[in-house]
Amino acid sequence: MTTFTTNIQLVYILGAACFVVGLHLMNSPATARRGNQVSTAGMAIAVIATLVLLIHDGSVTGIGWTVLIVGALLGSAAGLYSARTVQMTAMPQLVSMFNAVGGGAAALVAIYGYIHDESAPGGVLGSTTVFTVLDVLIGSVTFTGSLIAAGKLQGVVTGQPVIFRGGRLLNAALAVVAIGTAAFMLTTASLPALLIVVLASLAFGVLMVLPIGGADMPVVISMLNAFTGTAVAMAGFVIGNWALIVAGALVGASGGILTKLMADAMNRSLANIILGGFGTGDTAVSAVVAGDAQIRSIAADDAAIQLAYASKVIIVPGYGLAAAQAQHGVAELAAVLESHGIEVSYAIHPVAGRMPGHMNVLLAEANVPYPQLREMEEVNPEFARTDVALVIGANDVTNPSARRPGSAISGMPILDVDQARSIIVVKRSMGTGYAGIDNELYANPKTSMYFADAKKAVAELTAAVKTLVG
Amino acid sequence: MSTALVTDLTIFVLALLVGIEVIGKVPATLHTPLMSAANSIHGIVLAGALLIGVTAHSFVGYLLAFVAAFFAAANVVGGYVVTGRMLKMFRRKAQPASSEVSKP
Repeated sequence: MTTFTTNIQLVYILGAACFVVGLHLMNSPATARRGNQVSTAGMAIAVIATLVLLIHDGSVTGIGWTVLIVGALLGSAAGLYSARTVQMTAMPQLVSMFNAVGGGAAALVAIYGYIHDESAPGGVLGSTTVFTVLDVLIGSVTFTGSLIAAGKLQGVVTGQPVIFRGGRLLNAALAVVAIGTAAFMLTTASLPALLIVVLASLAFGVLMVLPIGGADMPVVISMLNAFTGTAVAMAGFVIGNWALIVAGALVGASGGILTKLMADAMNRSLANIILGGFGTGDTAVSAVVAGDAQIRSIAADDAAIQLAYASKVIIVPGYGLAAAQAQHGVAELAAVLESHGIEVSYAIHPVAGRMPGHMNVLLAEANVPYPQLREMEEVNPEFARTDVALVIGANDVTNPSARRPGSAISGMPILDVDQARSIIVVKRSMGTGYAGIDNELYANPKTSMYFADAKKAVAELTAAVKTLVG
Repeated sequence: MSTALVTDLTIFVLALLVGIEVIGKVPATLHTPLMSAANSIHGIVLAGALLIGVTAHSFVGYLLAFVAAFFAAANVVGGYVVTGRMLKMFRRKAQPASSEVSKP
């Protein structure tokens, strides 16, 4: 290692340190923006160091520069455009697309390196072959898996679990082919083998995500994020670059932690989610709501009276709220209540959106101050002191039957909505949620059902509350 | 196993542990921006694409380098811009409707 390349490695370490500091500053909404800036600076440092290294090296051809610069500029433009125009509700798709391109780029680095070394005199086998193979495997699976996940979220691919006869067998076979061929590559240099690994991994990625339902996407996106990070770290091993190794490890850790948090929030194992088929009806157990239970339906005026005379209201938003684009209306309703001295906060279940933390972003966009956004463990003890819990577009995460064994969601941590003095549920119909089971909260004598589309309901409630409190 | 590889593995394991420690402290409120920030960080593969792309001397090589540079750059730029956009929305106090009128 020459002095020059050593210095460049040191600059890479500086960049990597910026990533760590940037992520550390994300531990509070007050400092998070600065964290993002520090992280951006780290990236700029790493990219500039790379360019300096290449210029110093001097071996790059004119065509090489053109190809790389044009590719990077076009990619930047595409990334910039999508980042500027994306709706906050579509954030999971965008993150999934970034996972796809990140994993794809990492796989390409390894594939390219392999092809290049294949023609080199020394051959291709070396101590980094294992990392090349892992990078190609993980990167390719991430690429197609993320594309399918984005397609499902966007509605291009059906959000329903896609299950066909022999699908799991086919997927297992693909995994065996991919891993088997990859193992073969450790001892024998072979370009066709690399091609088989790539193709089998790409197909595996598609078949892995297809059977997974829409509401399980928070787990899938987190997992694919961890995969991308791992693939990037493997690419770092292949080319011996510390910045890639550190960045990949950080992202792998982040994705891994979020995957575990999301799976815990659904009380389901990762294997159960990946094997898919949840919520298709075949797992639904018999309804726990007694047949003679009375469902009480109310109109906007009655609901508004309850809200207007409350002193503490907790709003429980679910994905239905985002799907109905009602988050701005809810924020307005909350503002009206607050202006009359009513304490309002939001109870947010970890899987309330389509990706970790999604609901918080949607509410922040609707101008809800972040101190009002409360996490499940923190807000649950407060329901007992709450006059009205207003549930909008959330279902399974409020179902008390999760506390007992024998239900499809048993053991899932839920929001203790039933502890509130009264409960108003805004819902379009008595239809079941993702788990396909009845919600016994609706039969609770303290519960009133307000059947309407979330957006319309919230507008009517706001108007009614305004006339009540003047 | 070469010394370089051992060094690389050491760095990897330590970075993984640092990541677990640091990211475990991020509140659930910020999990979406966290993931999107992580996304832009793995865009560092752009450096990898540049380093490896310069050895290209064939059509296939140029093509792969082009696609890798495109993907990685989209990842970096898009990730940072969208993270910044999201974090800007997190306010301590509600503000009166500002110039950035939110779409319905």
